[in-house]
Amino acid sequence: MTDASIQNYNINFGPQHPAAHGVLRLVLELDGEIVERADPHVGLLHRGTEKLIEYKTYLQAMPYFDRLDYVAPMNQEHAFVLATEKLLGLEVPKRGQYIRVLYSEIGRVLNHLLNLGSHGMDVGALTPILWVFEEREKLMVFYERACGARLHAAYFRPGGVHQDLPQQLLDDIYAWTETFPQLMEDFETLLVENRIFKQRNVDIGVVTVEEALDWGFTGVMLRGSGVAWDLRKAQPYECYNDMDFDIPVGRHGDCYDRYIVRLEELKQSLRIIRQCIEKMPSGPVSSVDRKVVPPKRGEMKRSMEALIHHFKLYTEGFHVPAGEVYAAVEAPKGEFGVYLVSDGSNKPYRCKIRAPGYAHLQAMDFLAKGHMLADIPAIIGSIDIVFGEIDR
Amino acid sequence: MDEALQELGAHIAGNLAGEVSGYQVACGELTVTARAEAIGRVLTFLRDDSNCKFTQLSDLCGADYPEREKRFDVVYHLLSPQLNQRVRVKVETDADTPVPSAVKIFSSAGWYEREAWDMYGILFSGNPDLRRLLTDYGFEGFPLRKDFPLTGYVEVRYSEDEKRVVYEPVKLPQDFRSFDFMSPWEGAQYILPGDEKAGGKEPAK
Repeated sequence: MTDASIQNYNINFGPQHPAAHGVLRLVLELDGEIVERADPHVGLLHRGTEKLIEYKTYLQAMPYFDRLDYVAPMNQEHAFVLATEKLLGLEVPKRGQYIRVLYSEIGRVLNHLLNLGSHGMDVGALTPILWVFEEREKLMVFYERACGARLHAAYFRPGGVHQDLPQQLLDDIYAWTETFPQLMEDFETLLVENRIFKQRNVDIGVVTVEEALDWGFTGVMLRGSGVAWDLRKAQPYECYNDMDFDIPVGRHGDCYDRYIVRLEELKQSLRIIRQCIEKMPSGPVSSVDRKVVPPKRGEMKRSMEALIHHFKLYTEGFHVPAGEVYAAVEAPKGEFGVYLVSDGSNKPYRCKIRAPGYAHLQAMDFLAKGHMLADIPAIIGSIDIVFGEIDR
Repeated sequence: MDEALQELGAHIAGNLAGEVSGYQVACGELTVTARAEAIGRVLTFLRDDSNCKFTQLSDLCGADYPEREKRFDVVYHLLSPQLNQRVRVKVETDADTPVPSAVKIFSSAGWYEREAWDMYGILFSGNPDLRRLLTDYGFEGFPLRKDFPLTGYVEVRYSEDEKRVVYEPVKLPQDFRSFDFMSPWEGAQYILPGDEKAGGKEPAK
């Protein structure tokens, strides 16, 4: 018998694969069923957002942020408007801050629900995703009632939010927070103690604290390893200081712990949503600085001054003082940052978007090495990637 | 807040006198400018010093200023979860001079450097995997440079005749519209049509 040399086997995971969460082409080098090397090819959804933003006024650039992480659109807008406000030195009225926090937390619930459901589906449980999509639908209706769009909200504006919320909407969101815990309870019975689910996730994709910091992990990826780091607590923006909530942390840094952390974060988000509605102050929702925030249409129809401002702000836009800032928010997936350079004109000179999923996906080789091929969907599910934000 | 950042800046500049050329605090953020060839020592110091502890590289990106002699900025954003502080480090380079890679210091620098290479053509020496990342396979040019047109040079479509995707030069029926919002009454940089006879003086402000 002749010597048979055994070669490693390369396979393409994606770009069209139901467990790849979008257009991820993952080139895997396999030794039998063991992954030796993982090389993610990204950029198949690259739209040149950063380039486009350089050619748009600040207000026109803002809707691009909905299209990054389209699972939780308003959280992205938040980072951009915070960066713009930092450069402008603009103060947001209290009610505007509360509405922003309320909708950021709804965004977090939207994101975590989808992730928990699809993570379940990636490892073989079909029921959870059907349950969570029903809840997501209700939340999207809340989005729609606030701004008119289910996904591409364009609701956060420099200076505040676009328009005020009716009391009925706040009442309905509050009523939803009373029914939602029951669903969570039922949901937990499906997977948390499920033997198959545990076999697929416990001790898979383990990350230590040092590795997580070294690889630039943020959000649940970092908290799953036991670091209580949350920008909402550590560097509070908006009115997160007034909110009472806890930061859940994991212990082992594996896929299962990250799943449980997300589950717990849902409950904390629910607490914040309820506090926001209970404490919601009255007053304007947006700054009244007419050099930045356009007047309402009704006012524009009657006042000459308002008409001029309206026209100038919707054609030329506002000018932002020269300088550079980095503003970050705790998006559902981790630290979402915007590095904004202004040259004093009405368009951003440079806008770099720091997407959390980008840092997480680049560690795929490190996470997947030595695991079985079947663990790859579990790891991808638990690092929670959306290609809108990774490819930009 | 600002005093603490000033102190931190002075501490960094004092310890890295040869590597750091200056620091400033603006908008509540500390920016340190460094020499490109010494970036490795700067980052290592920032990571390991007990007053800095910037153990995470949040972001690394390029920026293009074509009018400068060294046209590119490489901007590093570092975060210290232990001490809850951030710093921005900037170095300058041009299209030919490589910047030492930060991969050995922060693993997360790998893809960020690939992206900076992909988008701006900034070279990083020592990065083991400096391939293009976000652009198409076989893409030419560096799209985020200021002299790269917004529309790009080629577009793709599926050709029914050739039964494959073909690349063609971009054909647009209308040019990209760039509006001039400069008010002629507020310091326009050009002479208004009809004002030439007034001796080419700038319009009155």
